[in-house]
This record gives sequence, C-alpha cells and structure tokens, in this order.
Amino acid sequence: MCLGIPGKIVEITDPATNMALADVSGVQRKVNVTCVLGEGLDTLIGKYVLIHVGFAMALIDEDEAKKTMDTLNALGEAQEEFEAMFASDRALEGRT
Amino acid sequence: MKYVDEFRDPKAAKSLLKAIADKIEELGATKEKPIHIMEICGGHTHAIFRYGLDKLTPDGLEFIHGPGCPVCVLPMSRVDECIEIAERSEVIFTTFGDAMRVPGTKGSLLQAKADGADIRMVYSPLDALELARRNPNREVVFFGLGFETTTPSTALAIQQAATEELGNFSVFCNHITVPPPIKVLLDDPLMVLDGFVGPGHVSMVIGTKPYEFIPRDYGKPIVVAGFEPLDLLQSVLMVLVQISEQRAEVENQYARIVPDDGNPVSIAAIDDVYAERPTFEWRGLGEIDASGLRIRDKYKLFDAEEKFGIGYATNRRVVEEPEGCACGEVMTGRIKPMACPQFGKGCTPDMPLGALMVSSEGACAAYWQYGGARSAAE
Repeated sequence: MCLGIPGKIVEITDPATNMALADVSGVQRKVNVTCVLGEGLDTLIGKYVLIHVGFAMALIDEDEAKKTMDTLNALGEAQEEFEAMFASDRALEGRT
Repeated sequence: MKYVDEFRDPKAAKSLLKAIADKIEELGATKEKPIHIMEICGGHTHAIFRYGLDKLTPDGLEFIHGPGCPVCVLPMSRVDECIEIAERSEVIFTTFGDAMRVPGTKGSLLQAKADGADIRMVYSPLDALELARRNPNREVVFFGLGFETTTPSTALAIQQAATEELGNFSVFCNHITVPPPIKVLLDDPLMVLDGFVGPGHVSMVIGTKPYEFIPRDYGKPIVVAGFEPLDLLQSVLMVLVQISEQRAEVENQYARIVPDDGNPVSIAAIDDVYAERPTFEWRGLGEIDASGLRIRDKYKLFDAEEKFGIGYATNRRVVEEPEGCACGEVMTGRIKPMACPQFGKGCTPDMPLGALMVSSEGACAAYWQYGGARSAAE
C-alpha cells in the first residue's frame, strides 16, 4: 500500500475528473492524475508516474519506473498490487 | 554476502557496505553497544529483511523497526467499529485488502464477510465511489486508513463525492500522521535512538519540513530514503556520517521523488477535507496527541462516523490487547519479535493474534518470512 506501483499514462479518459488510463506492466488501469497535473493533462501522455491506490502521486522517469518495478517484484508487492486491482474489478461487478 | 549479488548494482552495494562498516568501526559501535537506527516506514522494514540488510551490515548497527505499518497500529476497537458498520444490511463496506485480516475483539473483517456482511476489497477509494454510483440504494462506506501517502486519495474521493452529490458514499476515517508517534518515541526515556531513516512516500506528500523538530528539539539526524536496497544503504550511511560529524539535520536521499515542500495539490486536498483530532489511539502506543484526522464539518455528509453514529467521535473504547500479545513492546523496539511468547506459536501470518503479524510490512511478519523462523517451524 505504501510502496505504490509505477505506470505509464497512455490516454486521458475524463478531463473533467482528471482521470487517465495508465499502463502498469501491461495491465490497463484508470488512475486519477490531479496530484501530478502541473502543466496540464495533455502533457502527461507518455509520462511515467508512481501510482498509489489509484492516484498518480509523482512523476518519475523511465529508469526510476524500472528500478521501482524490480524492487516491487523482489518484495512480492507488485503481485499484491495486481491482485488488489483484480479483486477490485470483481467487487465492482458484485462478484466478491 | 549471499544477497549482494541480487542487487541491481552489486559493486555499489559492496562499496556502501564497506563505508558503513568503516563508520561503525570509527564510531566504536559494537554488538553490545550498537548504534540504533529506526526505520519508520513498514515498506522499509520489509525491504531491509528481504534484502538481508540487517545481516549484511555490522553487528554494531541495529535497526529498530518503527510504527510505520498502518494496519499494524490499527486498534482492535477500530476493527470492531468497521464490523459494526459493515453488518448493517444497507451497507457495502469497502476496504483495502491489507485490513481484512486484522483481528478485532470479535474477529476480523474477513470473518465478518464469511458471516454474511457485504464487505468488498477494493484497490482504490475511486472504486468505492464507483460502487456508490452503481448502487444508489445502498450505503457505500470506504475504510480510510493509512498515513499521509493514502490520505490525499480519500480526501480527493470525498471532494469528488461532494461535487457529484453522491449522498450514499461515506468514509470511515482512521487516517493517521507520521510525525506525532516519532515525538512520542523520542520522549520515551527507555528508547535509545541515534537516528532515523525517514519514510519515502509519506514525505513525497508532506515534504521534509515536518521532520525538522527531530534534529532541532532532539539533536537526532533523519534521512528520508527510497525503497531500493541501495537507497536504504546510502541513507543509513548518511545517518552515520551525520553522527560521526556531530551534525543533526534533515537530509533527503530520495530527492528524485521527494520535493522538500511535498506535493502541494495533495497537501491542499488534505487540509480542505481533514482536521486534526485532539488525540487518537494507536495499537501498542496508546493515545497520541494530534496524531489522527477527522473529516471536517463541511464534508460531514460523507463522514461515516456522523452517518452511523459509530466511531471515534462517539465511542471511546480502549480495548486490551489479547493475552500474551507483545505487539506494543515490539512496536516500540523494546523487544524483538522472537521474544514475544506468542511468536510462531499462537501467532502466525495465517492466524495472526497481533497486528504486526498481519501485514508484510509488520516487523513480526518480516521476521517470520525472512528471519528463518518460518522454516524452523515447518
């Protein structure tokens, strides 16, 4: 929970609510980008971010994204994050 | 050095380890009289054990594991209140998965779910918001817990709910803040702490200034650190260098992620939605002044405490820890996990008695997984 996970912003999905689509090691996940808006929504496409519980909290570079992912994999935390995302998808469908 | 070759840059790791060993020797620290460095964050605790940093560094350096695992400091009475809310027929109770197995006095959320309560694990408070939109006839409650890293996410979710006038969404707020328990530990005459490795992602939100009281009022160094093993080693070295040069400052090893002023958008959202509680209960540490947050009156429609009349505002229940559970002493670094009479016996990750065994960020779970206790028991 406190380590977060890196992802790459690939699309702005709802400018009104600052929602974007992030690619997290091949898993597409909607994230809120309010905290990293800086110079505007469109400038975020292609950028790497550190995502905490569905919110992009910091802009990072590609090398940092890779290093962070390696650490998360070693700690088993990457798997936990993905499982949490999939469990959440099931919860939304009412399949708990 | 069996782990060093796994590091991204073994050469850099070896050179940092050598520099740490040299500093420990220069400071005259030994196994009997070690330098005590507390890593505050549970993520750091996990990384230290996973990479064996406690074993790779000399005996004259001792890591004290701090209270920075949010589910580990969650008192039993808060878990009981979650279950009370979740058992209401109109409620869909949503929570991060980490909190599911934390024991309360009447069991955990996982057991309450098995008994029929509609409890759903979500990845994000945004998913709880979406559940509220999809289920207008149900009350969707999100269990807001965690330090400053997760506090902005629930603040922004509450602001969004207010914008949408989503009246069936509320947050059961149990957010806590990092600096107050550090002050409690530093005020404790039984604690011997020579310096701190500061939390990385909490600091990404709040910046480095909230730690200035540590060098100013207590004369101790703190270095905000990243999570990679090399980050941790470098941060430990920076603490040792400060000690050897008789300096005490806030230093930032993780500046690539942590701006000294933090994240202004996150701080503004926290300030808009939350106010300090006069006091809040921490498992193992007791009541700590100004250490918890409540939802401000202007957002009270989204405050589960207001909505259901349950929670800290209404019911101050202090519950004794289970018999033989030494989480409090482990949490304050007075004893190591293995010295707890229940460690590995009445308390394992599969059947946790105390909260430190629940999360991978808890000191007991880390000792169990990486300290050889698990293989000894199996």
